[in-house]
Amino acid sequence: MAFIRVIPTLLLHKGGLVKSVKFKDYKYVGDPINAVKIFNEKEVDEIALIDIDATRNGTAPNIDTIATIAGEAFMPMSYGGGITTVQQIKDILYNGIEKVIINKAVHTHPSIIAEAANLFGNQSIVASIDVKKNILGSYKVYTDNGKKNTGLHPVAFAQQLAQLGAGEILLNNIDKDGTFSGYDVQLIQQVASAVNIPVIAAGGAATLKDFSLAKKHGASALAAGSMFVFQMPHKAVLISYPTKNELKQIADGA
Amino acid sequence: MLTIIDYGAGNLLSIKNMFKKIGVQAAISNNINDIEQAEKLILPGVGHFDYGMKNLHQSGLINILHQKVLENKTPILGICLGVQLLTESSQEGTAKGLGWIKGTTIAFDKTKLSAEQKIPHMGWSEIKYQPSSKLFTDMYSEPRFYFVHSYHLQLQHQQQCLATTMYGYEFAVGVEHENIVGVQFHPEKSHKYGMKLLENFVKYY
Repeated sequence: MAFIRVIPTLLLHKGGLVKSVKFKDYKYVGDPINAVKIFNEKEVDEIALIDIDATRNGTAPNIDTIATIAGEAFMPMSYGGGITTVQQIKDILYNGIEKVIINKAVHTHPSIIAEAANLFGNQSIVASIDVKKNILGSYKVYTDNGKKNTGLHPVAFAQQLAQLGAGEILLNNIDKDGTFSGYDVQLIQQVASAVNIPVIAAGGAATLKDFSLAKKHGASALAAGSMFVFQMPHKAVLISYPTKNELKQIADGA
Repeated sequence: MLTIIDYGAGNLLSIKNMFKKIGVQAAISNNINDIEQAEKLILPGVGHFDYGMKNLHQSGLINILHQKVLENKTPILGICLGVQLLTESSQEGTAKGLGWIKGTTIAFDKTKLSAEQKIPHMGWSEIKYQPSSKLFTDMYSEPRFYFVHSYHLQLQHQQQCLATTMYGYEFAVGVEHENIVGVQFHPEKSHKYGMKLLENFVKYY
């Protein structure tokens, strides 16, 4: 049986892990090494590690920190945050990380995806797209932690990224982030049906039903942050992950 | 010493980390003397088949590898691209493979995949394995492993097939022939299942 990948997203902020709501209001949720160890025990499919300070502060990826965290991860791990050069990508991939997540650099260094994909293979490049709906109800791609509107439409942008050599699209709806209101399945369907590379749904997951729904709308993998670090209704910090049987049910389309 | 062959293709630290976790000291090396001294070898690899073969040739390790594997019968475990390089050729490119395993590496037959089964095959799949193989000694039930690949093995001798999985259809994801073993998936990123497999390689080969 082939499972659908379910991916906890961990946000690094000032050395700790945080979780946001709509890319704001960060709440501390714990130590990264400790979280990765717990996720090892829970046999998670994959982990996405994102340094949310690096691009904002204009700092390069911290290879030592990345290698230390990756050294504890016995599942595939992707890293995003502050990547602007192919050399950085190489350093990250040689230090225990399987995939890099590129966001801002696509706009500032347009050749980076094609160059990196040629050297390291498409499968090692994840292009992430952060999306917001404007007041007219049309989707726009944002950068800079949701602050800057690029004016691009996510479908056309995703097609461009796929053409450049991205191996996967990490598709995040900013307005859904941390809200426990379910994925934006309309967005997922539009993008997933327009590209033939895997689309990872992100933003809003609260229940296993949300996973099944996103899968039905074309998601190849399911990312979630809050759902795996908070326990509702009071958002107490508690790391959790679906059981193998629950994951099987999602794979079976239940 | 168990030596992970560094020929510039892949995430070698993950493999070393996993061995460290199970208490096995492993060296990463591209040095001919280290390879010559090695008790066991790991041939890792991520990327294009031709790129992998070109790098192996440029590393100057091909002759010593042939000698170690074919004459000295040193155990070798190929991982991902590493197992594909053991075959004679690949549809991905034009380079000749190492040819230690009879068979080729072929592209997924897309006519047998559903619309939602995208390429690469990326993610976790359960496998069926040859219970007589020592590589799966005391393996946990329902073993699943992490895969990332667009090409797969097509073995000439079915009796050398070590394991299979299903992605659209059933195909070989592992091979074993005397001292030569290889797996398409990534044991170094497959939790306790991968740990057990690597432990078995160290213990029984």
